[in-house]
Order: sequence, then C-alpha cells, then structure tokens
Amino acid sequence: MSNSATEPKHMLKGKRYRLGRPELLAPAGNLEKLKFAVHYGADAVYIGGQKYGLRSNADNFSFEDMREGVEFAAKYGAKVFVATNIYAHNEDIEGLEDYLRSLEEAGIAAIIAADPVIVETALRVAPKLEVHLSTQQSTLNWQAVKFWKDEGLPRVVLAREASLEEIAEIKAHVDIEIEAFIHGAMCSSFSGRCVLSNHFTDRDSNRGGCCQSCRWKYDLFIDAEQFEDGGEQFTMGSKDLCMIEHLPELIEVGIDSFKIEGRMKSIHYVASVVNAYRQAIDAYFEDPESYVLKPEWLEEIQKAANRPLNTGFFFQTPGSGEHIYEPEDKAAPYDFAGVVLDYEESTGIATVQQRNHFKPGQQVEFVGPGGTFFKQTVGEITDADGNTLDAARHPLQPIRMEVEQPVKPMDMMRKRIGKGQ
Amino acid sequence: MTVYKPELLVTASNLEELERLMVAGADAFVVGESRFATRLPGHFSLEQIAQAVELAKQSPRQVRIYAAMNNIMDNTLLDAIPDYVQELARIGVSAVVFGDPAVLMAVRQYAPQLQLHWNAEMTSTNYETANFWGRRGATRFVCARELNMEQIVSMKQHTKLEIQVQVHGMTNIYHSKRSLVQSYMDFKEQTIAEGASSPDAGMYLMEAERPDDRFPIYEDTNGTHIMSPDDLCMIENLHELLEAEIDSLKIEGLLKPIEYNETVVRAYRAAIDAYCSDPATYQFRDEWLESIQAEQQQGRELSYGFFFKEQVY
Repeated sequence: MSNSATEPKHMLKGKRYRLGRPELLAPAGNLEKLKFAVHYGADAVYIGGQKYGLRSNADNFSFEDMREGVEFAAKYGAKVFVATNIYAHNEDIEGLEDYLRSLEEAGIAAIIAADPVIVETALRVAPKLEVHLSTQQSTLNWQAVKFWKDEGLPRVVLAREASLEEIAEIKAHVDIEIEAFIHGAMCSSFSGRCVLSNHFTDRDSNRGGCCQSCRWKYDLFIDAEQFEDGGEQFTMGSKDLCMIEHLPELIEVGIDSFKIEGRMKSIHYVASVVNAYRQAIDAYFEDPESYVLKPEWLEEIQKAANRPLNTGFFFQTPGSGEHIYEPEDKAAPYDFAGVVLDYEESTGIATVQQRNHFKPGQQVEFVGPGGTFFKQTVGEITDADGNTLDAARHPLQPIRMEVEQPVKPMDMMRKRIGKGQ
Repeated sequence: MTVYKPELLVTASNLEELERLMVAGADAFVVGESRFATRLPGHFSLEQIAQAVELAKQSPRQVRIYAAMNNIMDNTLLDAIPDYVQELARIGVSAVVFGDPAVLMAVRQYAPQLQLHWNAEMTSTNYETANFWGRRGATRFVCARELNMEQIVSMKQHTKLEIQVQVHGMTNIYHSKRSLVQSYMDFKEQTIAEGASSPDAGMYLMEAERPDDRFPIYEDTNGTHIMSPDDLCMIENLHELLEAEIDSLKIEGLLKPIEYNETVVRAYRAAIDAYCSDPATYQFRDEWLESIQAEQQQGRELSYGFFFKEQVY
C-alpha cells in the first residue's frame, strides 16, 4: 500500500511515511497464552525457555511446548521468538550452544539477546536463528545501532527511553528493523541498570530474579530529616506504557515491530491488548487518511489494564504524572470469567470453560478477535451432563449456557466486578 | 615473564584531590567531563584533564590518566565524540572508559592510540563478553560489582584482557533517565532548596523493611542515581585478588571527602606494596582497616559487597 501521495501535516523532519505494516509482537508466558496471542492477532510472539530468560518465575516453555507453539503460530503465519535476555555469568556459558541449537531445531525464528556472549554464540552455532538485540542493552543512538547491524543483527529493540524523534533519527541513519515497546509495564530505571533486587534479596535482576523492588515502599530523607515526618511512604514504579492513542505517529516514524510487554500477564490481558492493537493497526492500513481511534479499543485495553497508563518517553521524559507513588485501586472493573470451547448453532448453547467464578444473573460480555462483542445476562447454567448449577465454581470446568449471539472457540467471557454484580 | 604489578585506580573530584591522592599512592585516575561521563565525583574540563596528565607525568610513580566516557549515549552526543577523543589522545590520556559501542567505534577510527576500557557496570558479567569486546578493541574489562570472588578469579583465567575490580567505596545500584526526586516533589506540590538533590547534598532513601540502610540518591543531567547503602571494603581479603593477579583495583571516591579517600588510598597502597615486596610472607595488618574505620561515615557499614555471596534468580 502506498501513502506517499500526501504528506501528513504533523510530519517531523526525518520522518517518513512507512510502506510496510509493522509487526505486532506479543508476550506469551506459556503455550496457552501463545495460542491466544496469535489467535487474537499477534504477528509474532516472544516466549521464555527454561534457561537464559529474564522471567525465571514465569511458566516458561519446554522444547516440546516450543515446537507445538511454532506449529500453532505457523497456521496463522505468525512467528515465535525466544527471549534469551539475561546477562550471563561465567557458569551460565556452559550449555549455551546446545540450548541455542535446540531453539533453532524447534523452529524458533529469532532470539532476543542482550549479552554479547549470547549474541555471538547464536550467530556462530545457530545461523538460522535471527538475533535481535534486547532493550536490556539500553541502545539509544544510531551509531550503536549501526554497530549491532554490522555485527550481523537484523533488529534492535531500543531502550524504552528513546523518544519518537530519536527513533526517527535512528531510522534515518541505519537501515535496520527497529522494535519498540508500545504497551505494558516499564522499569523506572534504564532496563538492566538496576540491581535493587540483588541488594535487597540476593536475587539477580539481570538473570531473571527481579522482585520489582522499585514498586516497594520508600521514605526520602533530605538533610537527614524525613521529607514527610511520619508521612506516607511512596513507591518508585512507573505507570504502564500505552500507545494505542498514538498509533499513526508510531507507524509513520517507521517502527518495524510494536512490542507488548507482559510474559507474566494473563491470557485475558494478552488477548485483550493484542485485540485492540490489531484492530487499530488494520484500520490504519485500511485507510490511513481517515483513520480515527475507536473508543472501544481503548476500553478493551482499560478492561485488561492493571495499572494506570502513560506514554513513556515517546514525547517527553516522564514527570510526576507518569509515576505511581501510592497504592492504586485496580483500574479494571472487569474480570476474565471463561473461554468459549464450543458453540451449537442449532440450540444457541455455548460451552464455556470456567476461568473465574460466575453465576446466573450476572452481567457478562463476550469478546472475540476483530472486535466481535456483545453483552448479556447469564441465564441458566449446567455442567457437561446437563445438571443445573447455581454457580460456576470449579476452575476449568466446562459450563453450558445459552448465548444471545453466536460465539466461537477461544472467544472470551468477562464479568463485571464490584457494583452491579 | 612480567612481574605482576597491580594498579591502584581511583577517582578524583578535582585537581587538588588528584594531587593529594597521587601522593597517597594512586597509580591511575579516572576523570571526565560530565557531558560524556556519569557518576564521577567531579567534572574535569579538557583543560583540567590536560593538567591532570601533566601532574601525572611529573609523578615518580608513572601515574596514568583515563577519561570516562561511560554515558548511555544519545544521538545528540555523537557529533562531539570524534573531536573529543582526538583531543584526549593529543593531551596524553592513556585510555577511554566506555560502555556504548558508539564510543568504541569513534576511538578506533579517530584515536586508535587510546586504550579502551569496557565498563558497563552491572552488565559486565562474564569472560566471553570480555573477550567479545577484546576482539573489537577493548584492552580492559571492568567487572560488575555484583560478581563474587570465584567468578572474578575465573574471569581473569579466561581472558587476556586486563581485569579491573572495584575494591572500595559505594556502588551504583539503580540508574534512571527520569528525575525521580523532582517528580516526587512535583507530585507532593513541594519545592526543595536548590541543590538539595545534587550529588553531595546527602539526600538518601530508606526502604520500608530496611530501616538501617540509607541509600544515597541524587540527580544530575543523566537522570537519577541510587547508590549502595554500604561501602565495599576488600582490604582484609586483598591478597585473594592479588593472588589472582587482578590488574587493576579501583577505589570509588564518589560522595566521599578527600581526607577519607586519602586514608583509603594509603591503606590499599600499603597493602599492595607489602604484598608485592614478598607475596609469600604477606600478612594483612589490622591497622590498615582501622585507619579506614576511623574515618568511616556513621551509618554506612563497610562490607564485602557480593564478593562472598551466592545469588539466586
């Protein structure tokens, strides 16, 4: 698709209208999340294996899971990347070659690496694996990007500190794929340049042990006096990134891959966020001139969000409005309640796998890929044998219920929480 | 066979401190300009760096001056790097300390006579990575302070690069591009006195569950820096690093008075000289540690850092 005939008014120096569609890259903490991310529209997913990843507490993938994930993704034309983004210690080096070869054999398209030992070893022993430089390298200038390109890397994930203008300048100087985080949690430090966890708990943050110490509680002392005598303690965490309202700018600056953070997040989160960005990107490319943000995309994201949102460093360095100082109420008034397993057209009965307590009389909504959406009240519910239930109590239990509109497997059912339950 | 002669490397906040620490026994200094360098105890203009080189030349000890260019560089700095590294070479600086590949490429192209010391602080963690940077021109690898003794010894055994290890002083444990103190004041709708968040103003953080630990925090043009609550002190165990033939032992003088740094340099100088004169009969002397303890700031413990720790993840 060519958009070169008209130049947008807000075009900055160094910006160019891109011709290609950016990749939507989603996190997947396990095989099920991978399937949902892909089904809801991710062009690629990134996962963690049993070693070398920065989420040692996530489920993470066995090689067998990886093969299944790659196969599933391939049906949708999607790719699977593996995060091997630790900073290795000497003792981590042994086994690295075998691990990278196994990733290659499992059909993984790329690794995301920060440590040069992993970058170099992958290029040497697993040439079919692309190597993408991780954000943990804090890359913020075009010469550093060029250095990594010359090393043989087709893609760099920039530091989250990069602004839109800086990205434009990097794109103008180096012909390389640029991946940028557009959604999800952010370190309040430069990623990788924080060892609070190491100091507090002897857990190595750069090998996957981060215990999110920036979100713990602190006091500040000025001139040896407590800043707020006996006052409230505060946290140092950042609000989460959300760029759904600024997609045209991101597309037009030429970012090649839009990355969503959150390998520890739920299926519901990943599917909802991917769903919103997928629709927005597709709508833009359908007709860039008349593209407008649909409020329901933002609502979708807000239904899954668990922290307040901000635009990070894209437009300016974050200030007081971009931090979380105090405990916040959970933003989302909705909770994930079930996944559609099956739907009988003749009877209008759906089988929904329970993912959270729900019961007759509750307000629920059904969501599927591409923005299919409706609300209804839960009527009678039964188990698989037709026994009437007063509530869906058991995790993963298949529940049969009448739905007011057709649904499809992998559609999600949400319930309202709090008032109106 | 070359005789093992470890380097005692220190920082200096200004030329006066540099002269005094030279007399106290430093072999090398890392100084720099705040445009390119971060977490230095003071700013040295090119002219001052040139003066430092002159002072170093006059010293009987063949003191070397290294220029810190360890910032996470952004696009706006790139144009200034070639001229700057050429100037550094011209005035006789021995090495550039860097953490960004842009600096490495510029030095190789414009000032190849300068040595290159790779220092990415907490992300410099294994010998293969040292060798990677070595193949691209680095001559020295500065170990992360979060490594333990075993890992450091193994590092030295697996690389031909010089190995530098911090043996004394505070370490940076968090670096943000954001101005966190200012943001918090804005949030609280408070103003603080000018300079209250500057490096030497004494501002610190306390984590709720750790009331005994004070984490110095300050802001500068590179963002916000949080520092360790204790000071690394390896004087009792220096022989382990010396036996491993670690090439450079660094004393970090950031946020310390000159007198303190002088005392620390003297103590480590004495220990290194005692070891080098006869490793076989070397014995740690309590008075070295006691001299440091006498000057140690109240509320800041001396610690072994991560040297004798096992971390999990």
